[in-house]
Amino acid sequence: MTQASSPPAVSIRNVAKSFGKGIYAFRVLDDVSLDIGRREFFTLLGPSGCGKTTLLRLIAGFETADSGAISIEGEDVTARPPFHRPVNTVFQSYALFPHLTVEQNVAFALEEQGMARDAIRKRVGEALEMMRMGSFAKRKPAELSGGQQQRVALARALAPRPRVLLLDEPLSALDLKLRKEMQIELKMLQEEAGITFLFVTHDQEEALTLSDRVAVMQSGRILQMGPPREIYETPTHRFVADFIGDINLLDGEALPGGGVRLEGGTVLSAPHNASGKVTVAIRPERARLAPAGEGALEATVVHSAYLGTAMLHKLDLPGGGTFLLRQSDPTEAAPEAGSRVGLALPAEALRVLDR
Amino acid sequence: MSAALRRFFLLSPALAVILFLIGVPLCLMAWVSLLDKGGTSGVDWSSAPSSANYVRLAWEEDFDGTMILNTSYLVIFLRSVSLAAVTTVLSLAFGLPVALWMASLSRTGRDIMLLLITIPFWTNLLVRNYAWLIILREDGWVSRFVNMISPWPVQLLYNDAAVAIGLTYSLLPFTILPLYTVFEKFDWRLLEAAHDLGATRKRALLRVVLPIATPGIVAGALLVFIPCLGAFVTPALLGGGKTLMLGNIIQMQFGASRNWPFGATLAVVLLAIMLVVMTAMALWRNRRTA
Amino acid sequence: MNPQRFPFTRETSLFVLAYLYVPVVVLIAYSFNANRTATVWTHASLDWYGRILVNPSIQSAAWNSLVIAVSAATAATVLALLAALATRRAFLGCGASEAILNMPLILPEIAVAVATLLLFVSLGVKLGLGAMVAAHTAFCIPFAYLPIRARLDGISGTYEEAAHDLYANRFRTFRRVTMPLLWPGVMAGFTLAFVTSLDDFLTSFFLAGPGLTTLPVYIFSAIRAGITPEINAISAVMLVVSVLLVSLSFFLGRLRR
Repeated sequence: MTQASSPPAVSIRNVAKSFGKGIYAFRVLDDVSLDIGRREFFTLLGPSGCGKTTLLRLIAGFETADSGAISIEGEDVTARPPFHRPVNTVFQSYALFPHLTVEQNVAFALEEQGMARDAIRKRVGEALEMMRMGSFAKRKPAELSGGQQQRVALARALAPRPRVLLLDEPLSALDLKLRKEMQIELKMLQEEAGITFLFVTHDQEEALTLSDRVAVMQSGRILQMGPPREIYETPTHRFVADFIGDINLLDGEALPGGGVRLEGGTVLSAPHNASGKVTVAIRPERARLAPAGEGALEATVVHSAYLGTAMLHKLDLPGGGTFLLRQSDPTEAAPEAGSRVGLALPAEALRVLDR
Repeated sequence: MSAALRRFFLLSPALAVILFLIGVPLCLMAWVSLLDKGGTSGVDWSSAPSSANYVRLAWEEDFDGTMILNTSYLVIFLRSVSLAAVTTVLSLAFGLPVALWMASLSRTGRDIMLLLITIPFWTNLLVRNYAWLIILREDGWVSRFVNMISPWPVQLLYNDAAVAIGLTYSLLPFTILPLYTVFEKFDWRLLEAAHDLGATRKRALLRVVLPIATPGIVAGALLVFIPCLGAFVTPALLGGGKTLMLGNIIQMQFGASRNWPFGATLAVVLLAIMLVVMTAMALWRNRRTA
Repeated sequence: MNPQRFPFTRETSLFVLAYLYVPVVVLIAYSFNANRTATVWTHASLDWYGRILVNPSIQSAAWNSLVIAVSAATAATVLALLAALATRRAFLGCGASEAILNMPLILPEIAVAVATLLLFVSLGVKLGLGAMVAAHTAFCIPFAYLPIRARLDGISGTYEEAAHDLYANRFRTFRRVTMPLLWPGVMAGFTLAFVTSLDDFLTSFFLAGPGLTTLPVYIFSAIRAGITPEINAISAVMLVVSVLLVSLSFFLGRLRR
């Protein structure tokens, strides 16, 4: 949180939500609590069905929570309908009103708030200018491209100057190139507008690029919350480690006093305070190739792919299973397919996770 | 206001209007069908309910009190059902090729055909049957032409054939539209597959297209058969009092004969036949999907 | 992918189109016939159109038809609109409600008409304009309901959520978003209900009561009395009005969403 003294932009306390009734009830959110700081770019990340969109809809007011409380800048909004909440949404489908022009779409909220006509015109102009859509003011949404509709949706949601902007997978309908452009633009927009952004996505790369903090969700719970670097480098759950980026997961048993015995029998030295069945996780770029017979593990090279900036080796472990290794200097000598190599696994690169 | 309460207030006016002006009257009619005819109002409301009107459908009391078979109403039922059946078959025979052809057209072509097929359905039934009256009437040029080439005098109007032509004319769009919706969604690559597997065009039509079109055929058949049973205008104009159908004798009981309870009985019979046909179709469809 | 053309489908289709439209064309052509005998052609004239314009029974029948159609279609459209909004999301009893709403479409009209006559007589309701408007409203509801419902199905609920999100309450959202998007469907529904009522013969025939006629009832009794060129002219007018209105509703229904 950026300011300890003032209340957070969004505060969620013990929120639960189920759909359906009786034996058909399905728990979508299970006791979720989180605080989002002011001017923070916060992302809810998870696979589809993890509850991230439901959480966003609860904050917007489209759904009501079964229990728990939601407040925005210290004000409890749990019981308020969406039209009495100081937040605006950028919808996945944009939901631009097809019967209104771009200008009328952007003016919609300002008119509902009873703003004076002149002030509305000025504000709409500013919002469209900020999104570089000024020349499209008189067009209907159907006459715009996907990227342009996206900008109008942003202008419309930002025009009333909400305390929090909610973005529901807003980039998912765009093609890859446009998506990359919009990512940068979104980040700059957030800094310029100085508004808290709550972003929902299933795209882990997008989440890592954009966010100040990320919450990874699965089955209605938040598994881990923190800055992108922390989520990537020190995952606390097997699911988080697996969901974000490529990773090697080696199952084994924790030895008292540190170290893990892998299923193949090899013992890795890795600091931990776990016990019982664990998984050792290591990113492909943190492992190193070593001459055969050296390193912590033995492996056979199956296939090597040249990626331009790196080499990616697929290796077979003797106990079964494959291991990915990213060799960051592609000009280095690469082992032949079929050759035996050693794997050096630095202790500080290993994460020991409960299974 | 809760969502359920709001829904109740939105929905109940329309349901109330239909139930009160259609549901209640039908129940009342079933009750009236058990009563005796009355003086000025047509119904003797104080009479004891009996099945006398239903007995009258097939039997009449002889002057010495014995019941003898009276086939005059049975003939009319039979004619109504067979004319409805003939019309259904004719409508399908014409509707199927039209629907197939429509599905083969371009987007705009389909839209134009859809409009052309729908328009007659929305124009006045009376007027459309009247047009046939003009075409087929005795001093019309069609009649004169037919009589010129025919060795014996031919009467085109006021017979079963004229009624069948009029009914088919009135109800044909009802078979085309459901069949078209089936063919519009039809995956025509299935035909190529059938040809690839050695089926000729005719065999492919029989073994692939028709089975898939069955729901559309059934829907279209029902949509023609049921209105046919209750037809009034077409037999009244083109049947000219000779080819009577159920609808005409119902009207006669409420008109000149002033026997409303018997008219109600005939209407109940009409609804019963309709119900039987629809139930049979529903059962058959369930068995097919089960 | 274009389906393969089957032999004779094109020929049959053209024949069917002729079957559907030749009688209509013949009727309209004869309405311009100057000859008193309705089926013997002499030369073109607008005489009969002039005559129907000044015929007082036709005028009053046309007026009655119009009053009934406007009132019944308006009432049916309002009721159907409310019902369509209520059945937008599935609920327990949704299927049953829709079955009741569509009931007038499958029931034979003659049975419903005589049943309604029995109801009105047993309740002591005076036959005439009021009775006809009530009965027409009931059977027009599904004709208004179906296009409104179809249009509503095409409107994503997200638009309303977006309006709520942009500070419009339920009423404002309905006025500014739902209704404008729904409007073509409402107009199409009204038009179809209007045409259905205007063209109705059977229900009016039984419920008109003494001394009151609508256009179709007038035409029916006139045909019974003998074919005249006036009937051709008035029939042609009714045809053209229906065709124009239905084409209008067709294009309204296809308006870009």
